[in-house]
Amino acid sequence: MDSATSDRRETRRTLSSTADNGLKIVIVGGFGVGKTTMVRSVSEIRPLNTEETMTKAGEGVDDTDAVAGKNATTVAFDFGRITLDAHNVLYLFGAPGQERFWFLWDRLFSGTLGAVVLVDTRRLADSWYAIDRLEHHGTPFVVACNDFGGPSHTAEEVRAALDLSPEVPLVFCDARSRASSKDVLISLVSHLQTATLSHTPEPTP
Amino acid sequence: MSRTRPGRDDSPDRLYTLTGGRSSSGSDAFDLVTLVVAECDPVPGMQSEHTAILRMCQYPTAVVEIAADLGLPVSIVRILLADLLGTGRISARHPRSAYRLPDPDILEQVLVGLRNL
Ligand SMILES: Nc1nc2c(ncn2[C@@H]2O[C@H](COP(=O)(O)OP(=O)(O)OP(=O)(O)O)[C@@H](O)[C@H]2O)c(=O)[nH]1
Ligand SMILES: [Mg+2]
Repeated sequence: MDSATSDRRETRRTLSSTADNGLKIVIVGGFGVGKTTMVRSVSEIRPLNTEETMTKAGEGVDDTDAVAGKNATTVAFDFGRITLDAHNVLYLFGAPGQERFWFLWDRLFSGTLGAVVLVDTRRLADSWYAIDRLEHHGTPFVVACNDFGGPSHTAEEVRAALDLSPEVPLVFCDARSRASSKDVLISLVSHLQTATLSHTPEPTP
Repeated sequence: MSRTRPGRDDSPDRLYTLTGGRSSSGSDAFDLVTLVVAECDPVPGMQSEHTAILRMCQYPTAVVEIAADLGLPVSIVRILLADLLGTGRISARHPRSAYRLPDPDILEQVLVGLRNL
């Protein structure tokens, strides 16, 4: 890590005492699709790793029986942080999108602003399940195709393969690039604004 | 850079001791991104995890950061935090927009913040 980068990260380790509003965005995708890389690209802290323990029924497990492993499982996730202004702090969570992890989501990511579905165009089927679930839950999301240098696909081809509805934004990105990852987040938040506007009743003239 | 995953190697006995075997009542209030602020300094004789949390939270610190720092599962940290909140040793700044469609003003602030990165 170059020193400019580590300096920037060190000086921002501590939040300002005025910080009072935590916000969440989830980056979901198949194994090795670049979730941690994207979190690292935009985070002001080195991505941290933690885990949550859950029952098979999808309820949070807070009792020690469950922690001891009875009828419980754990999911590890990593996260990074972006200080937006004096009050708002955005946390980015990288989470596995496979079917067997989904029962954890309601609890883990309730109240999230929205999601980025990160896909590798060589393995599009890996993201079908995540997209289904997000649609089902009504969680707004964008799809970001991470560039692994494979054969290029047009947006239309990817949309068709994912059966994406027209209002879901599709973007191409390089998760290793800060600027590119930032653009993905901006496209998500712009999409959220559109979604919010279309749900806000028009003022009567 | 990867540390060992927290919690995995902790014996159930240790986790039991940390929480006094109690369950979660009151700890649900802590979202992953609830920002925790210490309201006092650690005092001698305090449980070491409580001491660590109070040190860490001299400035606002999210629940998930506390968990990563302590190397404990979030569910255990929620219980520790509920203890500290109950005795007034910390305060909690909960996320403002817990609804599905967030406040347009907040979204605008997020967008401005991201563009300024
Ligand atoms: N060529 C290319 N490689 C990338 C890109 N993004 C990530 N990688 C590489 O792909 C590998 C996997 O990236 P990770 O960020 O660890 O992926 P992940 O989704 O967090 O993986 P898991 O947590 O193991 O599921 C790493 O070696 C990255 O350097 C990209 O945009 N282009
Ligand atoms: Mg990862």
